[in-house]
Amino acid sequence: MATHVTLLASAFLLLLLLPFSASISRRSAAINFFASSPASLEDAYEALRVFEILGIQEKKAHERGATCPKVLENLVSTSPLKDLFYALKVNVILKCDVNGEVFEGIASRLKVIVHDASTLLDKYYSIGGLVLIKDLDSNVDTHIPDVDGVFQSIKALRQSDGRWRHSSDNPESSIYAAGLAFEALAGVISLASSEIERSTVNIVKNDIVKLFDVIEKYDDGSFYFEEKFVSGQEQHGSLSTTSSVVRGFTAFAAATSGKINLPGDTILGLAKFFLGIGIPGDAKEFFSQVESLAFLESNRQVLISIPLILSLPETVYSLTKKGQLKESRKYRVYDLAKVNTVLGSAAPPLTVKLVHAFSTGAKDSSIIDSKELWYDQESGLHVLDTFPNNLDVGTYVFVFEIVLHDSASEEVYTTGGQIYVPIYVTGIIEVGNAEITVVESDLGTAETQKKLDLSGNDAVSLSANHLQKLMFAFQLTTPHGQDFKPQQAFFKLRHESKVEHIFVVGNTGKKFEIILDFLGLVEKLFYLSGRYDIELTVGDAVMENSFLRLIGHLQLDLPEAPEKASRPPTPPVDPYSRYEPKEEITHTFRTPEKRPPQNLSLIFLGLILLPFIGFLFGLLRLGVNVKNFPGSTAPSTFGILFHVGIAGILLLYVLFWLKLDLFTTLKAFGLLGAFLMFVGHRILSHLALTSAKLKSA
Amino acid sequence: MARSSSKDAQDLFRALWSAYAATPTNLKIIDLYVIFAVFTAAIQVVYMALVGSFPFNSFLSGVLSCVGTAVLAVCLRIQVNKENKEFKDLAPERAFADFVLCNLVLHLVIMNFLG
Repeated sequence: MATHVTLLASAFLLLLLLPFSASISRRSAAINFFASSPASLEDAYEALRVFEILGIQEKKAHERGATCPKVLENLVSTSPLKDLFYALKVNVILKCDVNGEVFEGIASRLKVIVHDASTLLDKYYSIGGLVLIKDLDSNVDTHIPDVDGVFQSIKALRQSDGRWRHSSDNPESSIYAAGLAFEALAGVISLASSEIERSTVNIVKNDIVKLFDVIEKYDDGSFYFEEKFVSGQEQHGSLSTTSSVVRGFTAFAAATSGKINLPGDTILGLAKFFLGIGIPGDAKEFFSQVESLAFLESNRQVLISIPLILSLPETVYSLTKKGQLKESRKYRVYDLAKVNTVLGSAAPPLTVKLVHAFSTGAKDSSIIDSKELWYDQESGLHVLDTFPNNLDVGTYVFVFEIVLHDSASEEVYTTGGQIYVPIYVTGIIEVGNAEITVVESDLGTAETQKKLDLSGNDAVSLSANHLQKLMFAFQLTTPHGQDFKPQQAFFKLRHESKVEHIFVVGNTGKKFEIILDFLGLVEKLFYLSGRYDIELTVGDAVMENSFLRLIGHLQLDLPEAPEKASRPPTPPVDPYSRYEPKEEITHTFRTPEKRPPQNLSLIFLGLILLPFIGFLFGLLRLGVNVKNFPGSTAPSTFGILFHVGIAGILLLYVLFWLKLDLFTTLKAFGLLGAFLMFVGHRILSHLALTSAKLKSA
Repeated sequence: MARSSSKDAQDLFRALWSAYAATPTNLKIIDLYVIFAVFTAAIQVVYMALVGSFPFNSFLSGVLSCVGTAVLAVCLRIQVNKENKEFKDLAPERAFADFVLCNLVLHLVIMNFLG
C-alpha cells in the first residue's frame, strides 16, 4: 500500500509552454536562420537583436567585424533614411567607433525630416533615429523644437476604428501602421524638451486600448492582430502585425508614466500567440516573434502585465511505469521571461492551486477538489503530495490556478485565471475471458468452443460452413477492475486472396461480443471458400497494451457462387507502385521504303541525258548561232549580265535545294530578280529596237 | 492494200516534213526544246513505273518541271509565231521575257517541292 501511495502521490512537472529544451531549439534556430551574412543592415539588425535577446554572445562578436564597416558607410547624412535608421540601430548593439560629429550631422538632418516628412514611415525612421542618437551620445542635441506640432501631425493619421494611415494623402489604413505610430509617438515624447500634456498622452493611451477592440482570438485563448484590408503594396502577416503593435504599445508605455489599461488576459493571449507559433518559417518572422516576446517579458515597470504561463512537460501519466513517475512527480512554474530568454528573472512567490480535476467522460464528477500544491524550494517545483486513489485510466482535465502571494506582484503579472490542462492517465488493460465458438445456426448447439488467451500468442484453428455461426467474445478491465471501453475494437477476416472484411465488435454491457452468421454473410464474403485469417484489433490512447494480433484461422466452406453474384474487388494497387520506374518506351519507326538498285538509277540518269544530247544535236542541225548577239559594248555587257543573272538564280535554286531555307532564298531571289529585270529589260528592249529598225528599213 | 497504205503514210509524213521545213528556225528551236522536255518527262515516268513512286514528291517535281517548261515553251511558240495574228502587236522579246520569268517562278516552286 505504501508504494501505491507514493506512486499516486506523484504528479507532473508544470513547466512553461516553452520548456528549456524549446529555448535551446530557439537558440539553434537563431543560429541557423542568421547563419549567412546579412544582405542589408535591416537583416543585420534583426540577427544581432535576436542574438542579443537569446544571449548568443559568440555570434554577436562574430558579426561585429563584418557589420561595423557597413554601419560606418551608412552613417553619413546622405544615405537613405531607412539605412540610416538601421545603421543606428545596429550601432546601439555593436557600439562601433563612431565620431560624435557624425551624430551631430545626422541629428540635424533628421530634425529637418521630422518636420517635413509627409509619410508615417519617414517620420518613424527619423524620430527613431533621433531617439537612438540620444541613447548613443547624450552630448548631441536631439530635442525637437516643435514637439506638439510633430505629435499632432502623427496623431492626424489616426482613423476612427483605431487603425492608422501611412500618409495623409493615402486613405488606406492598417494595424501595422498603428504599431509604427505608437512607437513614433513614444519617440516624440522622449525627445521632448518639456513635458507633454497629460491629456494628450491619455488620448493616445485610449487609442491603444481602442485598437485592441479589433484583436482576434483563437480557441485556446491566444490573441493576435490580423490585417483585414490588405493594401496592394504591403502585406503583413498576423505575426508581423501583432509584433508591430506589441513593439508600439510597449514603447509607448515605457516612454510615459501610468498604466495602460489593457486586460491581463489579452497580454497573456498575445504571449500565447507568439509562443504557440513554435519556430516560424523565416528569419524575419523569427525576429518578430523573439523580439515581441522580449518586449512582453522585459517590461519591468508597472505598466503592462507580465504574463506567467503554466504548462506541463508531461501530460501523460502512466499507472504502470513506476520508474518514470518517481522522476517527474513535481509541479513547477516558471515565469515566461526566465525560460524564454534565459536572461529572465525568477517567478514571484506564488502558489499553484489545483482547483479541480474531472474525467472528460463525466464532467460533473470531480475527482480532486481544491488542493494547494506545495512549493519545493530546492528544485523550484510545485508538488502535489497526494493523489486520489481511485484515479483510473482515462482522459482527465485538471484545472489549475496561480495565486500570487503579495498583492503588489498581482499588479505586475498576469496569470490568465483558470488553466485547463488535459491529462492522460494510461495503464495496462486486462483482456480476459476470450472465447471463440462455432455453433449450429438452427439448433444453437456449440459445435466447437475454444478458449483463448489473448495476452499470449496462441492461435486457434476452426472450420465452419454457411449453416453455422461464429461467436467471439472477450472482456476488458482496467487496473481498478472497471469495465473499459476502447476507441477501437475490430474483428477482421482475411481470405487467402487478400480480400478483407472488417467488423466492429459490439459492446454488450460487460462483454465485447460479435456473432457472425455466415448464412447472411455469404454474399458479403463473395462466396469465397477457403482459409481465412482472423485478426483482432483493440486500441485506445490510454491503453498501454493496445494490440493487433492474429487470433486464429477459419476454414470456411461456402456454397458455389450463383451467376449473378458480385465479384470480389480487385486487390488495391500498391500506392508505392506509382513511384516505381515506368515501363520503358519503345519507339517504332516507319520501315524505310525499298530503294531501287543503284545501277538501274544510274542507267536512268544516263537516259535522262539522252534527250538533252538530242536537243543539242538538233540545235546543231538547225545551224543555231549567236550572231545576233549585240556587238557594241553596252548592250553586250547587258547581254552577258542577263545570262549571268539567270545562271545565278539557277545556282541559287540549287543552293536552296541543298542547304538554304526558303526565307534566305527568297531574299536573295528578290535581289537577283531585280537585277535580272533591269539587265533583261535593257538587253531585250535593245534587241526589239534593233529588229524594229530592221523591219522599218 | 497494206503496202499502198504504208506508202501513203510515207507520203503523208514526207509532205508534213516538207511543210514543216518551211517554219522559221526560231520556232524549230522551240519545238526541239519542247520535244526535249517531253522526252525527259517520259523517261522519268518510265523510271517511276519500273521502281515505284517513292519518293513521290521528287517524281512529281521532276515530271512537272519538264511538263511545265514544255507548256511554257508552247505558249512562247504561240506568241512568237508570226502567222498568229492575235499576238501581232506583241514583241517576241517581250514574249521571251515572260517565258524566262515564268520558268524562274515555276522552278522556284519545283525546287521547294523537291524536298
